[in-house]
Amino acid sequence: MTPRGRLVFFIMAAAGLSVALGIGFSELPSFGAPISAYASLLNHLAPVQRRVTDVVSAVSFDYRGIDTLFEEFILFSAVTGIAVVLRPLSDEVRDLPEDEAPERKVPAPSPAVGLLGVILSPLLVLIAIETITHGQLTPGGGFQGGVILASALYVIYLATGYSTAERFQPTALLEGSDGFGAGGYVVVGLLGLLGGVAFLTNVVGLGHSGNLISGGTIPLLNVVVGIEVAGGFAILGSEFLDQTAVIRPRRK
Amino acid sequence: MSILAYGVVIWLFIVGVYGVVTSRNLIHMALCLTVAQSGTDLLLLEVGYRTGGHAPVFVGLSPHPGPTVDAVMQALALTDVVIGAAVTALLLALAVQVNKRSGTLDPDELWGTRE
Repeated sequence: MTPRGRLVFFIMAAAGLSVALGIGFSELPSFGAPISAYASLLNHLAPVQRRVTDVVSAVSFDYRGIDTLFEEFILFSAVTGIAVVLRPLSDEVRDLPEDEAPERKVPAPSPAVGLLGVILSPLLVLIAIETITHGQLTPGGGFQGGVILASALYVIYLATGYSTAERFQPTALLEGSDGFGAGGYVVVGLLGLLGGVAFLTNVVGLGHSGNLISGGTIPLLNVVVGIEVAGGFAILGSEFLDQTAVIRPRRK
Repeated sequence: MSILAYGVVIWLFIVGVYGVVTSRNLIHMALCLTVAQSGTDLLLLEVGYRTGGHAPVFVGLSPHPGPTVDAVMQALALTDVVIGAAVTALLLALAVQVNKRSGTLDPDELWGTRE
């Protein structure tokens, strides 16, 4: 199909799609209208029933916990897929990293960038732990905190170089934490079955609303999700980094 | 107000798909997909919005402080963002390998590059 023909086809399809979307959206509640009865009920019930102050976390990890389980598995399989796609192929070898290879000398980052990395990376780890553990109290949780935790590794790479960053991300540990996080969610869910109720029921003691330990299984699930997301995004970073830094075509 | 709010969603989605259809670069194509996907994020948040409502976070507030926005839609938007990030990363990984195999990122030049 020529670019012009493709464009004509797209314009016709887009016009039809816009009309269909417009008709569909016209039936939606108008913008800013009172929220649905289900959502309103959850907003009133969750702080009392689950003793959390962040209802979004209660929805993600308790009322709709099974959705988050599958979401976590999607993330897990995407990370697995990337690790498979970006493996060294049969005509490629793992060479010396680019900052150590004799013919490819990468300039070391300036001391100012190094200092910034020294300040920033522990701070990121701290903020990540804070975000993960306070998911039931304030906006945040395992997904957000996990990404922040993984970004600490990216900062270490920016501030130093491949060889130093590699020491901070042992593959076995990252893959282990990714799998531990994905499996841990199922284990927390099985607690409900052990207690004689349904899968993913909130069976752990709920604690006091507003305390760090509150919400029963919600903080536990936040922690396992945080471990999985941090491991997964760190694997992503290191796989893409390996492509540029160490994987080279095999010399003929 | 509804027309503007939902019109932006339709616009973002159509523009993103336009980018995917006419793209000459696989990385550009993956980013156009994230533009289309941000339309769905925005739609979820807009459906859950309530005029004058505050965030469904009750820390330091009385148990019934007036209108709150829809927490379910925010949780769904969170799911959407995570899946979007995973899909984008997978597409970029495929683009890396396509570039190494065929030496080009232009999808139109990929015809007949199979070895």
